[in-house]
Order: sequence, then structure tokens, then C-alpha cells
Amino acid sequence: MEHYNMNLTLKVWRQKNEKEKGHFETYSVPGISSEMSFLEMFDVLNERLINEGKEPIAFDHDCREGICGACSMHINGKAHGPWAGTTTCQLHMRAFKDGDTIVVEPWRANAFPVIKDLVTDRSALDRIIAAGGYISVNTGNAVDGNSLPVEKDKADTAFAAAACIGCGACVAACKNSSAMLFTGAKVSHLALLPQGNPERKTRVVNMIAQMDKEGFGSCTFTMECEAACPKEISVNNIARLNAEYMRAAFTAEETMG
Amino acid sequence: MLDAKIPKGPLDQKWSTYKSTCKLVNPANKRKLEVIVIGTGLAGASAASSLGELGYKVKAFCFQDSPRRAHSIAAQGGINAAKNYQNDGDSVYRLFYDTIKGGDYRSREGNVHRLAEVSASIIDQCVAQGVPFAREYGGLLSNRSFGGTQVQRTFYAAGQTGQQLLIGAYQSLERQVALGNVKMYSRHEMLEIVMIDGKARGIIARNLVTGELERHFGHAVLLCSGGYGNVFYLSTNAMGSNVTAAWKAHKRGAYFGNPCFTQIHPTCIPVSGEHQSKLTLMSESLRNDGRIWVPLKQNDTRRPSEIPETERDYYLERRYPAFGNLVPRDVASRAAKERCDAGYGVGSSRQAVYLDYAFAIDRYGMIECNKQGINNPTKEQLRHYGVEVVKEKYGNLFDMYEKITGENPYEIPMRIYPAVHYTMGGLWVDYELQTNIPGLYALGEANFSDHGANRLGASALMQGLADGYFVIPYTIGNYLADEIRTTNIPTSHPAFEEAEKNTRDRIEKLMSIQGTESPESFHKRLGKIMWDKCGMARNAQGLQEAITEIRALREEFWRNVKVTGAINEFNPELDKAGRVADFIELGELMCMDALNRKESCGGHFREESQTEEGEALRDDDNFMFVSAWEFKEGYNWELHKEALEYEVVHPSQRSYK
Repeated sequence: MEHYNMNLTLKVWRQKNEKEKGHFETYSVPGISSEMSFLEMFDVLNERLINEGKEPIAFDHDCREGICGACSMHINGKAHGPWAGTTTCQLHMRAFKDGDTIVVEPWRANAFPVIKDLVTDRSALDRIIAAGGYISVNTGNAVDGNSLPVEKDKADTAFAAAACIGCGACVAACKNSSAMLFTGAKVSHLALLPQGNPERKTRVVNMIAQMDKEGFGSCTFTMECEAACPKEISVNNIARLNAEYMRAAFTAEETMG
Repeated sequence: MLDAKIPKGPLDQKWSTYKSTCKLVNPANKRKLEVIVIGTGLAGASAASSLGELGYKVKAFCFQDSPRRAHSIAAQGGINAAKNYQNDGDSVYRLFYDTIKGGDYRSREGNVHRLAEVSASIIDQCVAQGVPFAREYGGLLSNRSFGGTQVQRTFYAAGQTGQQLLIGAYQSLERQVALGNVKMYSRHEMLEIVMIDGKARGIIARNLVTGELERHFGHAVLLCSGGYGNVFYLSTNAMGSNVTAAWKAHKRGAYFGNPCFTQIHPTCIPVSGEHQSKLTLMSESLRNDGRIWVPLKQNDTRRPSEIPETERDYYLERRYPAFGNLVPRDVASRAAKERCDAGYGVGSSRQAVYLDYAFAIDRYGMIECNKQGINNPTKEQLRHYGVEVVKEKYGNLFDMYEKITGENPYEIPMRIYPAVHYTMGGLWVDYELQTNIPGLYALGEANFSDHGANRLGASALMQGLADGYFVIPYTIGNYLADEIRTTNIPTSHPAFEEAEKNTRDRIEKLMSIQGTESPESFHKRLGKIMWDKCGMARNAQGLQEAITEIRALREEFWRNVKVTGAINEFNPELDKAGRVADFIELGELMCMDALNRKESCGGHFREESQTEEGEALRDDDNFMFVSAWEFKEGYNWELHKEALEYEVVHPSQRSYK
């Protein structure tokens, strides 16, 4: 792989806190190596801002290996930037060329208020899980792991849904700020497994109610969420969510009142 | 000598005896008892949810924006359990024995046996929660092997096992949050332990969004705050992983156990330049199928494909025929360093070795072709089917490698090099996971207890969940049973006042310095000292130099650090400055511990103590103990020792040949 250096122009959203109005600020960033990650480029810029006596740009990040779901930048109009199936932290600078201008914004959604600069509050996603995204099994209650065989295909599909990292890119990419892919992935993961069966109806109903309460929009199935998802979670999970919801609606006696 | 309070009786009955004789707390009293849990990784989330289920009132804290992001999420390879589903001779005893041996005879028999005993229940619990472990076509659970063992006992979910286990624990935690048994404080950092009458009674936490300091009372405090590998700056830890919670406890009197025991993981993506902010692990499970080699000729600059079989050195297979590429991590790391130092390294930095999948692709290709009934398959067919199998097993790891390096590992062998990964050391705890401070517990990587001088692969997840799901629910009751008469202490108590004032003074001091160098820059400098002088190989002279340099760095930090922004706002620079200050102090203690331990054992390699073949040489006569350091004013430490007694296993020179 050939390495090269580049000079870039960055337009970054700066916002002091939730209440104050934000604005774009322009920075020229010279001498960026193609081997750097996108966040390492921000490290370089921030180090310079600190040396100049300015405040560095705040952004969420932690594992920097694409699995914790903390990083969350809207880059040139795309959640997590130009590479498919990639988080911001795994995006590398060889995706860009000398002279490029890069626009960086926070996730934009009513349910994700900005805390500072590129940092948003995504705790609404935790509350959707708390509404039912689990199997109610207390520690110590379990039977032997092999006493309940699971078809390999189903286990694999459940795993693919469970691979969601909760970053919120699906919401940020959606014109309606819908959280259907996030919620659908969790409902699918648990509905596909026999262990998840006892709470199948209440789970989907309660999670959707919480999703609506948090102010996420409706799904109009434009599938931008799947395109933006760094874990390439399939929109089939939204179809499954809808099917689970209908099933609960038509068969539940208590849950739907 | 410290007393670890290991129950009397035969090794395999200690835990069951303990469980049937420890004190219990009745359900009505549990509702009155408050427990604080710091950290929401595998240990913290499993402890918080299990204690919530039991009826305790739990407050859980994490610095991340969600408990699901704790760094356990990044564990790749798997979790060990003595299920013997493969009928290959595994047992609780074998898992216990492998772990003791893998730890180079520097861990406690009692703790490790308990860990092996509860391992099977962990898998059952996780399956019940819906953790989608890998399965065979018959629907049963699949296993693979890991370093330092000769059986297949590792359960896994592709290369994302930590993620799936943590999501299982996180979901259980969120369920308890919904039920009101656990109150969750995200974006909060613990900055002080509050001590009243010699017992841990609460914490001072900082709300990282508003910058406000908060006081929280608890009848007990559980530190589940992970390891301290980031003291090296570059490590496989997350950027936010830090020692601060454990260090605050240490400075309030909790002993720090074996701080120098650091695990350097053999298979990580090599450093690419000065800008590097972290290192990425390539799971040890890759050593199952991949073969590690370097050129036979020094300074060979040919492409790997141009180097014929006869001119390659599969040095692990050569040196350790019995375990080959599956030797434990410390052994594999040192062997890679030895080859690179001797001039056989590859890649532009010459600080890398190859991890080659060509053979595995051929081998799996042949098996698949047989299944498909293709006789005499072509090279292309072999490759096609082989790549498919490798993709299914390790696809996410290969993708990650390609994103970072820009090279396709299905075509070109991966370049790997050792990197700091895990810390076996941590807060000293007794058998009940209680530190020497009553009411203060440490779980998971934050404690020192189960891995001795080297941790085996797929054992960190096992220990974190063992501590949280199956150990602490029993041992905490033994303490809290005597606390049922302690009513909640109001946080206006002078001890809370004093702790908050200390914290505030320190934050104001950090902000007031307004020097010229960023916290990040100090962190990098500390990391370089630690890696060069307290890394994969250590000697007395280097360690003494390191101590002097770190003291000077500490002095300079408190004179010249520059923290931007303000106190009462979201300010990651301030968070970072506090963590770096603690890392600097810890670095000094690690070097002291490494200097004091004149033997080599596990991941701690003292150049003065090696066999003729360059293997780690233990000194059981003089160092068969746990080092537990007590902090004293003025950065002096007093060494306490806990003798390690082996009743069942007979320590011997560890051999994987």
C-alpha cells in the first residue's frame, strides 16, 4: 500500500452546549498521512488547537476498533463517512485525497440532543432496551447450555442482528430520524431464539412504545439506515419487527388492551 | 504476611463449603442496603444486575455515554468453560491446572479452582440470556482452542465474543434499571472513595456533562473499573480506559497487588507512525489456524510470496513443538521480539512477523471440497471454498485488518507485533474479592487475583463474569449481613465534605496550572518510558532510570500541564488530565514492583533471570508471594507479602516444548 501526505480543509460543527446555537468553523489541516485514522487526524488538529490556546473539538470515541459504538461523526453528509460498513474510528485517511474539503457534523436527530460540538446524548437508545430488550432470566436460573439446541441458521441470523453496536448511525442517516433498525435488530435477535419466546409479544410492543415516546420518527422504508450501518445490519430486521408487532397485535389479549 | 482468608478443607470443596456457611441477608434487609458499582463492563454489569435481582439497591456508574460501551465489548476470541462438550478430556481440574500453570505459579489455588468450578454456569447463564454463541449444525454449542491448552473449551461468537457477552449483561442490567433496582449514572467518573470509621461508605463522582461533583452513599463499593494497560499510552485498551478509580482507592489505603504483571499480547497490528493513538488486537484465536513465521535470512526485503517454504522460519513450531503456534501469550510475544531484535523482522519498520493463513485456506478448502464431492479440486476451487470457511470464522477480524492496513489478509500474510493488552495486577483482594478496606471490593480486571503472572486467552471474560454473576452475590452478603443495622449515612457527613473538598481542590489545581503541554503529550512521554524500560523485557538499570524519569515527569506535569476549557462543563481535556496524573503515579509503582521482583515469571521478564534457552526463570525460593503495596505519604510505598501455598499443584519450570 502506497502512503501519501495530504493537506485538507475541515469544516466542523462547533456548539458550546445544548442550549447555545452552533456554527461551522473552518480549519486547514496540513500534513495528514494516509495511514492515519479519521480520529487520529482530529487528534492532530486538537493538539494544534490546544497549543494555539483554543478549545479542542469534543467528540465521542473510545475503543477505536469499531465495536464500542461511541464514535459518531456525520462526514460529508454520511453517517460515519464514505466507507461502507465502517465506523468513524475505522475510517482511514486514504479515503481522502490532497486538497479535499471535509464537512463534519454531529448526529442530527431530535432524540439525540447535542451536548457539545460533535457529542450527542444517545441515552434514548438505552431506554428502548430497558423497555424490553432482554430475556428475563435471573442469575442462577439457567439450565445446561446444550439442553436447548438452536438451528445454526437461526443462531447465525440472531447473531447478525445482535452485532448492532448502538451507535445511532441508523437514526442519524434516516430522514425521519427513525430508530426502527436499532429496535428491529434487538427484537429480531431475541425473537429468533427459543429463549426469547416467552416475552415475544410484550417485548416488541413495549419497545416500540418507548421508541415513539423518545421522539424517534416513523419508518418510510428508504433503507438509508442499512446503507449507513457500520455493522451492515439488514433491513430485514425492520420487516421482522413489523411482523412481530402485527403478530403481537393480532394475538395478544392483555398487552394491547 | 497478608491473610487471603481462603477457606480450609480440600481444594475442590472450599467454595461449596464457603457458600453453605457464609452469612446471608434476608430479602427485607436487602432492600435497605445500598451498593455502589463502578464500571459496567463484564464484571460491573454482571454484578450490578445480579445484586439488583437479589434485591439490593444498586447505583452503577460508568464514564462512557452508555453502560454497553465498556471495553469488555472489544474482547474478540472467546470464553473458557470446563464443559467437556468435545469429549476431549477437559474437566474442572484441567481448567484449574492450565490456568495455574499458564499464570506461571503466581496465582492462588483456591481462587483459580473456584473460577474453574463456576465456569460452566457462566455459559449456561449467557445462553439463557440469549447470547448467540457459535453453534454446530446439530444446534449445539461450538468450541475452539486457545493458547496454553490442549483441549477445546473456548466458547465464542465469531470474533465478537466480548461484545455478545457484554450485551447479555447490559440487557440484564437495563432490565434491573427498568425495575428500579439499579440506578444508572452514565457519563460519571468516580474520583474519590469516602471512608468512615475505616470502612468504604461511598464515593465522590463527577458528572462529566455538567462538571458537578456528586456525593453518593453506599454500604459497600465495588470497583469493576478494568485494567491499567493505558499506562503505556499505546495499548489495545480503549482510549478512555484508566486506573483512576482503582488508584483513588489505593491512595486511600487499598493495597495494589503485583502492579508489574502486564500482558503483552503477541498478535496486534504493528505501529504505523508517530500519530498512532492505539493498537488493535488480532484475536489469539487466529493462532489456531494461522502459522507464524519470519524469513530465515536476516533483513530479507522480499515480498512474503517470493520467499519459498525452505527459506522461512516457523519459529514457534521450531522452538515449541508440543504447543507450536498455541503457546501462551507471554511466550509467543517474547519469541517475536527475539526474532525482530535479531534482525529477522518484516515490514517497513522491521518490527513485525507474519501470521499466514495460506495453509488454513488450503486445508479448509480441501475439507469443503470433500463435503461437496469435488474430487481433485483445482487450486482456484480449493482457495474459493477455503476463503469461505475462513471468512465465516474470522471475517470481522480480517476486515478490520484490511481497513487499518489497506492490505488484504486473504492474499498477503498479516503483519503482527506484540502490544500491551491486559494487566494481571490490580487491587489486592482476599478470597471474598474484598480489598484490605472493609466494604471495598474489586472485581474483574481491576483486581489481581486469578491470573498470576500471565493470563491465558479467553480467561478474562470468564473471570469478569465469574466475579460478577457467581462470586460477589455470595461474598458480599457475608459482609452486609453485619451492616443491616447501619442506616444510610447522610452525605452531609464530614467525611463526604472532606472527600469532596479534596477532589475539588485537585481539579482546581489542574485547571490553574495553565502550562504549555497537553495531557495527551505527557501521556505519550510516560508511555514511552514504560514501554522502553518496563515493557517486554526489564532490567535493574532500566527500571531505576525509569523511576527517576517518571518522578521528574510527575513534577513537570504538575508545573506545566495545560488544560483548556472550564470546570463546570463537558470537558474531556480535564477528564484526561486527571487520568494521566494517576497513570504517572502508577507507572512509578509498576517500575518499583518490577525492580523488586528479581525473578522472571510469566509476562514479567527480568533479563537477569533467564534459562540458557532464553526462557523465563522463576525463583520460587525468594519470590513465591504476591506483592501488595501500601501507599504512604510522599510517594513512598510499603511492601506487604501474601505467601502463595501450593497444596495440590507442584510448581515446576513451565514447559511448552
